[in-house]
Amino acid sequence: MIQVSNLSYGAAGNPILQNVIAEIPAGRVTALIGPNGAGKSTLLKLIARQLTAADGSIRMDGMDLAQAAPAQLARKMAVVAQHLSVASRVRVRDLIGFGRWPHSAGRLGPADHAAIDGAVELFDLGDLQQRFLDELSGGQRQRAFIAMAYAQDTDWLLLDEPLNNLDLHHARNLMAQLRHLAEEQGKGIVIVVHDLNYAISWADHVVALRDGQVAFQGPVSETATAERLSELYQTPVAITRLEGRVIAQYHR
Amino acid sequence: MADRRLIVLGCSLAAAAALFLFWGLRGPTAYILELRLVKLAALLAVGASAGVATVLFQTISQNRILTPSIMGFDALFLLLQTGLVAGLGAAGASRISGLPGFALETAVMLGAALVLFTSLLSRTRHDIQLMVLAGVVLGVMFRTLTAFLQRLMEPSEFTMVEARMFAQFSGIDRSALMAGLGLMALAALWLVRHHRVLDVAALGRTPARSLGVGYDGLQLRVLCLIAALVSVATALVGPQAFLGLLVTSLAHSLMQSHRHALLLPAAALIGALILVAGQTVFERLLHLQSTLAVVIEFCGGLLFLVLLVRGKIR
Repeated sequence: MIQVSNLSYGAAGNPILQNVIAEIPAGRVTALIGPNGAGKSTLLKLIARQLTAADGSIRMDGMDLAQAAPAQLARKMAVVAQHLSVASRVRVRDLIGFGRWPHSAGRLGPADHAAIDGAVELFDLGDLQQRFLDELSGGQRQRAFIAMAYAQDTDWLLLDEPLNNLDLHHARNLMAQLRHLAEEQGKGIVIVVHDLNYAISWADHVVALRDGQVAFQGPVSETATAERLSELYQTPVAITRLEGRVIAQYHR
Repeated sequence: MADRRLIVLGCSLAAAAALFLFWGLRGPTAYILELRLVKLAALLAVGASAGVATVLFQTISQNRILTPSIMGFDALFLLLQTGLVAGLGAAGASRISGLPGFALETAVMLGAALVLFTSLLSRTRHDIQLMVLAGVVLGVMFRTLTAFLQRLMEPSEFTMVEARMFAQFSGIDRSALMAGLGLMALAALWLVRHHRVLDVAALGRTPARSLGVGYDGLQLRVLCLIAALVSVATALVGPQAFLGLLVTSLAHSLMQSHRHALLLPAAALIGALILVAGQTVFERLLHLQSTLAVVIEFCGGLLFLVLLVRGKIR
C-alpha cells in the first residue's frame, strides 16, 4: 500500500498540491483522475521521487520514500514518464535491458535475459527488438519504455499518461496487460489517465484530484457516480450502463 | 570481446603511427626518432582525450551536437592560463612551469569547471537551446576576458602566454606530456570500471534516477573527467574546436551503438588516428605549408558534410 500523508508541493511560490491524504492499495490498478492542472502528474512524480515534497510524507509498503536508498527504490517501483526521448542510439532490446540495471548493474545474466524475453513477448515487441528507438512510432516507443519498466520486475509500476500516444487497439491492450499484471502477478499499478472511460472500465480504485486536493477516492464501483464526476470535472457527466458495463457519457 | 571495427581502427592507427615515425627518416636516426616519438605521444594523447571528453560531454548533456569546446571548456582553460601569468607575472609563472605548473592549472581548471558547469547543466538541462546559448555566451565571455587581460600585460608576459596558448605540435613540453599521460591513465582506469553506468546515464536524468543511479554525483565526476581531459588536450596543443565533434560523429556512425564500452575506445582511436594521419600528411606531403588545424578542419568538414547528407548523423 502507498500511504500519502499531508503531502504538499509548490513550484515558484504557487501551491500545486495541498495537504493530500491518499491510500493506494497494493496489487490493484489505481487511476489518478481529475481535470487539467489538478496535480495528478505531480502526485505521481512525488511518489516516483522525481520531485521532492515541501511537506508531508509518502510510505510505500511501510517504507518511508524520503529515507530509502535509490538502488533499493529501483527494485521496488518502476516509472514510465510522460515524455519519452533518448538522445543516444539505443535498440529496443537494449532499452528493455536497462530495466535490469537495478538487479544486474549492467552485467546481464541468464535470469536477466529471461526477464527481457518475457517483457518482449508480453508487450509484443518481438519484431521490433533489434530496431533503433528513434526509428519507431510514438506508440511503439511507448511500449518499449513500458516493457523496460516491466523488466525491472518491481512490486509497483507507475505510469504517467501511458495512453497518450496509443490508438484504440493498443490502448485497450495496454490496459488489459496492466490489469493482468495486477491480477496475476500482484503488482500495484498507478496510472494517470485522462480518458474517464478507460479509468472506469479497467481500474479497481480511483484517486480524484481537483485544485491540488483530493476530491474523492475509493473503489471504482463506489466512486464512479454521475454526481461526483460532474462535480470533479465541472462538466455534466452521465453514467449509463451498456451490456453490464458502466460508461461515462460526457462527449455532448 | 574486442569488436572487429575497433581492431580495424587500432590497426589503422598503428599503421599511421609507423608511417609517421619512419617515413623519410634520414640523418641522425636515433635523435629524429626520439623527437618524433615525443610528438607521436602528444598526438595520441590529444586525439584520444578530445574524443573521449566529447563523448562523455554528450552523454551527460544528452545531446549529440554539443562539445566541451562549444560550451567554453577550452576557452576557460586559456583564461586560467592567462590569468595565472597576469597574476604571478612572467617570472612567477615561469617558476611554476613543468609538472607543478600543470598540476596547478589542472586543479584550478577542475574547480572552475565544476562550479560553472554543474550549475549550468542542472539549470538548463530541460532546454537544450538555452544550454547551447549559455555555453556560447560563456565561451565568448572567457575569450573576451582573455583578450582583455592580454592587452593589460607587459610584452614579456604576453610572449609567455602566447607560447603557452599556441604550443603547437612542434614544441611539446615533455613534463606536461608525462603528466597528461598519467592523468589520462587515471581517467581510463575510472572509465573501465564505470562505463556501464554511463550507458544508463545517457538515458537522461529522470530515467537513470528511477533505475537507481545516483545521477548528480555521477555527473559531477564525469565533469571532472572532462575538465581534466580538456586540460590535457589544450595544454599540449591549444584549442581544437572541430576535432571533438568530428570524432564523436564518426564514432557514432561507425559503432551504431549506445554502449560506452564501444563508443569510448572508438572515439579515442578515431581522434588519435585523425591527428596522426593529419600530422603525417601535413609534415611529409604539404611540407609544413599549412597548419594541422586547417588540414583537420578541411578533411573533417568534408567528411562531416558527407555523413550529414547521407543521413548518418542523428
